[in-house]
Amino acid sequence: MPFSSLSDIQSRLKSGETTAVEIAQLYLDRIAAFNDELNAFVHLDAAHVLAQATASDAHRQEHGARPLEGLPIAVKDIFCTQDGPTRCCSNILEGFEAPYDAHIITKLKEAGAVLVGKTNMDEFAMGSSTETSAFGPCRNPWDTDRIPGGSSGGSASAVAAALTPAALGTDTGGSIRQPAALTGITGLKPTYGRVSRRGIIAFASSLDQAGPMTRNVKDAAMITAAISGHDSGDATSVSDAPVIDWLAACEAQDMKGLKIGKPKEYFVDGMDAEVRQTVEDALKKCEELGAEIIDISLPHTEKAVAAYYVIAPSEASANLSRYDSVRFGHRCDNPEDLLDMYTRSRDEGFGSEVKRRILTGAFTLSSGYYDAYYLKAQKVRTLIQQDFTQAFEQVDIIATPTSPIPAFKLGEKTDDPLTMYLSDIFTIAVNLAGLPGLSQPCGFAQNLPVGLQWIGPAWREDTVLSAASAYEKATDWNSQHPAAFNVNGGES
Amino acid sequence: MSWETVIGLEVHCQLNTKTKAFCGCSTAFGAEPNTQTCPVCLGMPGQLPVLNTVAVDKTILTGLAINAHINLESKFDRKNYFYPDLPKGYQISQFAVPIVEGGYIDIPTKDGGEKRLGVTRIHMEEDAGKSMHEGLDAVSHIDLNRSGVPLMEIVSEPDMRSSDDAIAYLKQLHQLIRFLGVSGADMEKGQFRCDANVSVRRKGDPFGTRTEMKNMNSFRFIKQAIEFEVIRQIEIIEDGGEVVQESRLWDSVKSESRSMRSKEEAHDYRYFPEPDLPPLRVSQQEVDAIKAGMPELPGQLRKRFETEYGLSSYDADVLSQTRETAVWYESLVAAHPADPKRCANWMANELLGRLREAGKDLSDSPVSAKRLASLLDRVGDNTINGKSAKDILDDMMESDDDADTIIEAKGLKQVSDTGAIDAIILEVMQANPTQVEGYRGGKDKLMGFFVGQVMKASRGKANPAMVNQRLSELLKG
Repeated sequence: MPFSSLSDIQSRLKSGETTAVEIAQLYLDRIAAFNDELNAFVHLDAAHVLAQATASDAHRQEHGARPLEGLPIAVKDIFCTQDGPTRCCSNILEGFEAPYDAHIITKLKEAGAVLVGKTNMDEFAMGSSTETSAFGPCRNPWDTDRIPGGSSGGSASAVAAALTPAALGTDTGGSIRQPAALTGITGLKPTYGRVSRRGIIAFASSLDQAGPMTRNVKDAAMITAAISGHDSGDATSVSDAPVIDWLAACEAQDMKGLKIGKPKEYFVDGMDAEVRQTVEDALKKCEELGAEIIDISLPHTEKAVAAYYVIAPSEASANLSRYDSVRFGHRCDNPEDLLDMYTRSRDEGFGSEVKRRILTGAFTLSSGYYDAYYLKAQKVRTLIQQDFTQAFEQVDIIATPTSPIPAFKLGEKTDDPLTMYLSDIFTIAVNLAGLPGLSQPCGFAQNLPVGLQWIGPAWREDTVLSAASAYEKATDWNSQHPAAFNVNGGES
Repeated sequence: MSWETVIGLEVHCQLNTKTKAFCGCSTAFGAEPNTQTCPVCLGMPGQLPVLNTVAVDKTILTGLAINAHINLESKFDRKNYFYPDLPKGYQISQFAVPIVEGGYIDIPTKDGGEKRLGVTRIHMEEDAGKSMHEGLDAVSHIDLNRSGVPLMEIVSEPDMRSSDDAIAYLKQLHQLIRFLGVSGADMEKGQFRCDANVSVRRKGDPFGTRTEMKNMNSFRFIKQAIEFEVIRQIEIIEDGGEVVQESRLWDSVKSESRSMRSKEEAHDYRYFPEPDLPPLRVSQQEVDAIKAGMPELPGQLRKRFETEYGLSSYDADVLSQTRETAVWYESLVAAHPADPKRCANWMANELLGRLREAGKDLSDSPVSAKRLASLLDRVGDNTINGKSAKDILDDMMESDDDADTIIEAKGLKQVSDTGAIDAIILEVMQANPTQVEGYRGGKDKLMGFFVGQVMKASRGKANPAMVNQRLSELLKG
């Protein structure tokens, strides 16, 4: 029951077998039972969840069901919501309550979804392990000594442990796909511009994109269908994006005639051998399903991390300037003067990883260094985009490992930011190129989940969803759950 | 060796759009603090800018009016600095690729010629809010109503060589902007503000080190500040010192400037492309449409008024000062087509003068163009003379009556009847035999005396031309 997919719950709600209130209660009970162990949720108002579920049941009775009627969806603490606090898991947003919903929160509400609290994340989405959260680290349900990945680690952990059937995350350099891979769930980052960013707290504006984290491919398609579309309030949301049939794409049974590119830069020495083997095996499975595997090269891949760690901090350094303690959020006690207020409030409010990135960004944009860092990084970004454009002249889709390693232990990389940054090595280029990327489970390494990443051409989420659906139907990785949580915890 | 002054100006001009540059808030001036704000212009988390295209059109129009190039693709950048009245911690501006580049403004020179002053660029940006420190004890107040109001920054080439050049440029630009209707350009409301870059050099030398005088909003202060700065810099150099590159503030009370921050303390604004806004693209067709809708500019109007209506250059200048004046004048001509020069005289000298005395603008003139025309019609057909007409205009300023009603009521109809005028003249001659003698004895100057007496006796109603004519007849004897 708790590990049901959204579509399962949807059909049970439709048949009248259960109600939105019963479903909400089921997950609220599981959150109550397991959240202390996982720290996946940082804010939850159970009464508000039940109120939404009650309203949803009434809506179904009176007006019929909307696309996500009564389905529980948790959201990362980066989405502004009118109900309750929005903290981006930072102390700088102490006491902040947004007077508005993010555009896609409005869309979820309009689609009838029941929003289930805020999930844990790296502070301001800066991290790959959900250890930089002001609310403490989140844990991986497959091994609670390990991290769930990040920055959308709370959403990943919550879905993997069935504290919610689905969640929203955001992905700037892999923050949906990497935690999805490390917790054995499915995560989709849509094409940049597919989903409105309005009301999502900005980390790196040219890279950020929201997307679903779910139990299977179809659920990811269902949510993306509901949240995507042009928003006149976001100038980077694309108004003439090709419309695709999200659910039809998930009907694919095989991969006949599909040309899958296998970039050599994503299968390299230094990555976990077992992870590599697992993904190689997955590609063999794809061949069995009728796909053609074509060796390709994305030659500028190794420059992606460096370019990303110039561009993202540069944008972040400006995006985070608004947290100045003047209008909202944390302000230090008894500031002596304006400078003291700024420096002490920001020093107290931001954690060390956020400070590191603000300083990096301020440096790379500063006079005399701009050309050597920011401008050069932008050139690399163009080259990376060209790599993909050329590759897609040859192949329909690209398959890679999502992460070079499985989930690591808490604290293992916190003292070494550079090693931490390398855990996004296979996901970052996708953001730099603005492409759709999906991670789905494809096996285990050291008994920990391994993710298979699909990368499609811009706006071709349908290609990605088809390939992932065919693979999912031919395997059972997505129906494997962490044993410790595979109990009917909390059910009365 | 003589010194030469080099001046370049940066003008910040608020565009008079109804809503702000990147959100839907009102730009109206003078509302209660922080009532014209929303999450976007308050810099709240996750909020995004959406460009106001009306501001774009107005900037393009201004660019076209100064004969500049319009970039069909321009870009927005973030200018980063911390200040409490800058909610996002950065200002959205255009740095690398502005929408307008390379125009010019011609200013009149003393010898009656023209001098061409280059305009480097016009870029779009957003205004900050206002900080208030005065009269507050240990706190500052911030009003963000102005936060996000669209601005054009108009940057000149360092082409000006005197404070007079600078003021002529600013006045020309100010007039142009008001003419185009793109800004109220009310300097007292800060809608037209100026930074002046000033340096001095010995003639023929390369440019000297410049200082920047910030944020001045009166032509008088700008002139004073430039002149003060020129003398200050020359004194420094003549004393063997070096001018320090810095920003300076003009203190209009003490009539002196003081250092605000030096080059070392200058902000590093860390400009970079604004990722929330895609490049701004406009089509040539859009630019052409804006060009087609461009009103006649002051210079063009002045010339047309001179040739089409035969106005003096002075009158043409006065009547082309603002678009409103020009429109008013032409509606007066339409209502009194017989004599455009008479229209110009009466409007420029009589009506505008009376309005000025009453402290009124043309827009709230109690006398409409149509009513003034009704008066000029009666002057034209000699029903009344000029003196009476001026009295009638005084009355019209106070009442809603048209000229004929006042003429009727006050019996001001001009006397052009020879018999009646002759009778008055003979009366006057009888009463002043000595002067008649004198005139006949060759004192021609006495003519003026007789005209005055006759007009007085007719209570101003006699037709002055006829009085002159009949007097010379009858005085001959």
